[in-house]
Amino acid sequence: MLGFIIQRFLQAVVVMAVMSVIVFCGVYAIGNPIDIVIPPEATEDIRAEAIRRLGLDRPLYEQYFIFVGNLLQGDLGRSFVYNIPVLELIGGRLPATLELVLISVVSATVLGVSLGIYAGYRPDSWVSKTIMAVSVLGFSVPSFWVGLILILFFAVHLGWLPAGGRGDTVEIWGVAWSFPTLDGLSHIVLPAANLALFKLAMMIRLARAGTREIMLTDTIKFARAAGLSEATILRRHLLKLISIPIITVFGLELGSTLAFAVVTETIFSWPGVGKLIIDSITVLDRPVMVAYLIIVAFLFVTINFVIDLVFALIDPRVRHGASA
Amino acid sequence: MTEPVLSVKNLSTHFFTRGGVVKAVDGVSFDLARGEIMGLVGESGSGKTVTGFSLIGLVDAPGRIVEGSVKLNGTELTTLSEKAMRTRRGNEISMIFQDPIATLNPMLTIGQQMKLAIDAHERLSPQAAEARSAELLTQVGIPSAKARLRAYPHEFSGGMRQRVAIAIALLHRPAVIVADEPTTALDVSIQAQILFQMRDLARETGTAMIWISHDLAVVSSLASKLAVMYAGRIVEQGPTATLLRDPRHPYTAGLIASLPAMAKPGTPLTQIPGSTPSLLSLPPGCPFAPRCDHADDVCKTAPALTMQGNRGWRCYHPVGQDAGVPA
Repeated sequence: MLGFIIQRFLQAVVVMAVMSVIVFCGVYAIGNPIDIVIPPEATEDIRAEAIRRLGLDRPLYEQYFIFVGNLLQGDLGRSFVYNIPVLELIGGRLPATLELVLISVVSATVLGVSLGIYAGYRPDSWVSKTIMAVSVLGFSVPSFWVGLILILFFAVHLGWLPAGGRGDTVEIWGVAWSFPTLDGLSHIVLPAANLALFKLAMMIRLARAGTREIMLTDTIKFARAAGLSEATILRRHLLKLISIPIITVFGLELGSTLAFAVVTETIFSWPGVGKLIIDSITVLDRPVMVAYLIIVAFLFVTINFVIDLVFALIDPRVRHGASA
Repeated sequence: MTEPVLSVKNLSTHFFTRGGVVKAVDGVSFDLARGEIMGLVGESGSGKTVTGFSLIGLVDAPGRIVEGSVKLNGTELTTLSEKAMRTRRGNEISMIFQDPIATLNPMLTIGQQMKLAIDAHERLSPQAAEARSAELLTQVGIPSAKARLRAYPHEFSGGMRQRVAIAIALLHRPAVIVADEPTTALDVSIQAQILFQMRDLARETGTAMIWISHDLAVVSSLASKLAVMYAGRIVEQGPTATLLRDPRHPYTAGLIASLPAMAKPGTPLTQIPGSTPSLLSLPPGCPFAPRCDHADDVCKTAPALTMQGNRGWRCYHPVGQDAGVPA
């Protein structure tokens, strides 16, 4: 088990190193921030001074190693535009995205898996057919449109829920969170529902496919022949047997939604990192873009690492295979 | 003659598919005494397995038992509610399957799976459940059973997994075990071991067994009586020795003749010409007629069961009639 963890950890380090190179070169290729940061009427001296101060006069590899050196000391640089440390900038926005995404992905998974198991267990009932119709809808309707309709219906027409913003926040460990307050929670509902719809549809399909497949296996027949109740079979046998793909997709979705909740955050003016990165790209704020992408890569690597550990925890074949 | 533990009368299980009604089991009857082992033999698709599932009340849709009776210790099973049937499954009648790799849940330890099977029918303390599980594992021939309870199925060989499955089926000392080709997927040497272990267990515990197999040679070394199935019907049944020595139904005779042991070395093995008919388009009358040398016009109506002492057959032209049958 320890060998498995170390091996995965080394893999993660390599992935991070490669990612940092790709990100740095990619962002460098997009365009020169000087043209945007410095007003066109500035003199040649001011221009040269700014280029030197931002370190843009050095060759790319030098810039990269300075960046990596600073990164290893926990310094991700300063934003060209806001002129504050990037870490502070992203750190201030990340909790907003984090709570929104966690609430939406977790509730989509819990609800989607329950509905999917039902639909797989009773494939012919009209309830299951309704569930499947909803999941097709969830797949095919574009997210931005759903967001607008949600605002139109629940915020404008019914006036039940606020249309945007974070609402009241509470400071925990020096970070502002919305979810502990009722007002904050009411602000989360719509964007979270918007984000969750697609994931809900996917979880329903995954759980249903898994359930239909597993329920026909000899494992379930044998459990039935031993006299186990259907509830016990679903809880103790089925849930474990369908869990691997569900956990995989959960991890992938968690990562990609954290990184790219941009559309929803924009529609609901949710002050998360998605909006920050879009703003930074338009003004070519290189340090923010690089830092953001590095943090995203780090999140993905971490989530995948945790998922692998969870696999080993629940599936003995993975556990034993990995240590062998 | 004592009361049979299991009495099956005219059992019919049909599948209502889009293509028509499949009569997978069609009027099957037999009795099973305490501790008796009956071999249920037939080709693939002859309805052996569906018969087994019908007995434990686990026929999957679109199939259902359309008529007949299954009496276990005097209780009619076919009319029981699902809840009442569940309390008997695994408790009074249990079943083991062909592929031991597929039957056990790979993500639970052997101990956990045995505990689930115990909890389904009894309230035992964890210690008592563990002791019972270990005792059963020892009985089916698994060494250092107590430690093995913490192992997962993939840490066992195929034969050992089948022993675990047998131990689970035996946990509540059922009156009847339906064994659906439990040794087919195993090595021949392991097969023999398990076969004789099962026979001894049946003898010791008084558990009756229905041993489903397509392999007449395997079953005949184990079972005291045989039932030969063809196209959903039992075409011949009786004591193993009698049936092997002196079959009545041409199909039984064909099966025996096609055993490799019956062939002279160097000569081709005897075959039964043709193949099993589709259960969707059964010929009217005797289903075996298209493959039978003796078939004539009478065979266009279904033959009734002819009983003679403790044996019976469904054929108008029984073979071996003059082979010295005791009157």
